Amino acid sequence: MAKYLVVETRDPFDSNDVDDVYDLATGLADDSNDVTVFLVQNGVLPVRKKSAAAKRVAQLAKKVTVLTDDFSLRERGIEVDEVVDGVRASDIDTLVDLIAEDGRKVIWH
Amino acid sequence: MAKTITFALMDPPYETAATTTAFRIIDSALRKGHKVNVFAYEGAVNLTMAGQSPHPNPVKGTSAEEEEHPNTKDWVSSLLKNHGDRLEWINCGLCVDERGAADTVEGPKRGSPKEFAEWVKASDNTVVIPAK
Repeated sequence: MAKYLVVETRDPFDSNDVDDVYDLATGLADDSNDVTVFLVQNGVLPVRKKSAAAKRVAQLAKKVTVLTDDFSLRERGIEVDEVVDGVRASDIDTLVDLIAEDGRKVIWH
Repeated sequence: MAKTITFALMDPPYETAATTTAFRIIDSALRKGHKVNVFAYEGAVNLTMAGQSPHPNPVKGTSAEEEEHPNTKDWVSSLLKNHGDRLEWINCGLCVDERGAADTVEGPKRGSPKEFAEWVKASDNTVVIPAK
């Protein structure tokens, strides 16, 4: 089992690639890999329950660990209680801990 | 346990939020005691240009001093000043020449993808932050 950290910086309404990145993360998890998706910058926009993409993020969170950057949430006026179930608020220090984990591969999008 | 982490940056200053995120990650990694290598490629070599200066905000009627808006060279200088024993910064030499960006703040060195490759081999992990 390999360990992956997928850093998603983009909003799915800005880039159609985001859906492919979610699929990549899900596929890696389906292959029994340890996968964490860290949402940062505009990557946090779809985590709002009112977002049309929230269901997609909720599906992703059922397969992999999904974390959001608290700084990016605050910058965009998104409160933690607005975040879709299964997604956890996190911070940049946690992202660094994941990067520093032995053997964890980082994919930045 | 302290690790060695190498970053490749490609975005020029003031272009995307990725630059701010990269600075936040590098700062956190250094505060945690990790050794950090930064290879600035393409437009990212402009991050360290010494000639950058802050500007006023005519819309708000505020001066540069009141704005307190740091330029990217200030972020890099601060990181090197506070953690210079564990932070190495190399600007891609060819990218520097193309952009006339050789006049940098104190600290960054000139290098090539060869140094980046050597860093990657010697590091515990590498994070490539590509241009959009």
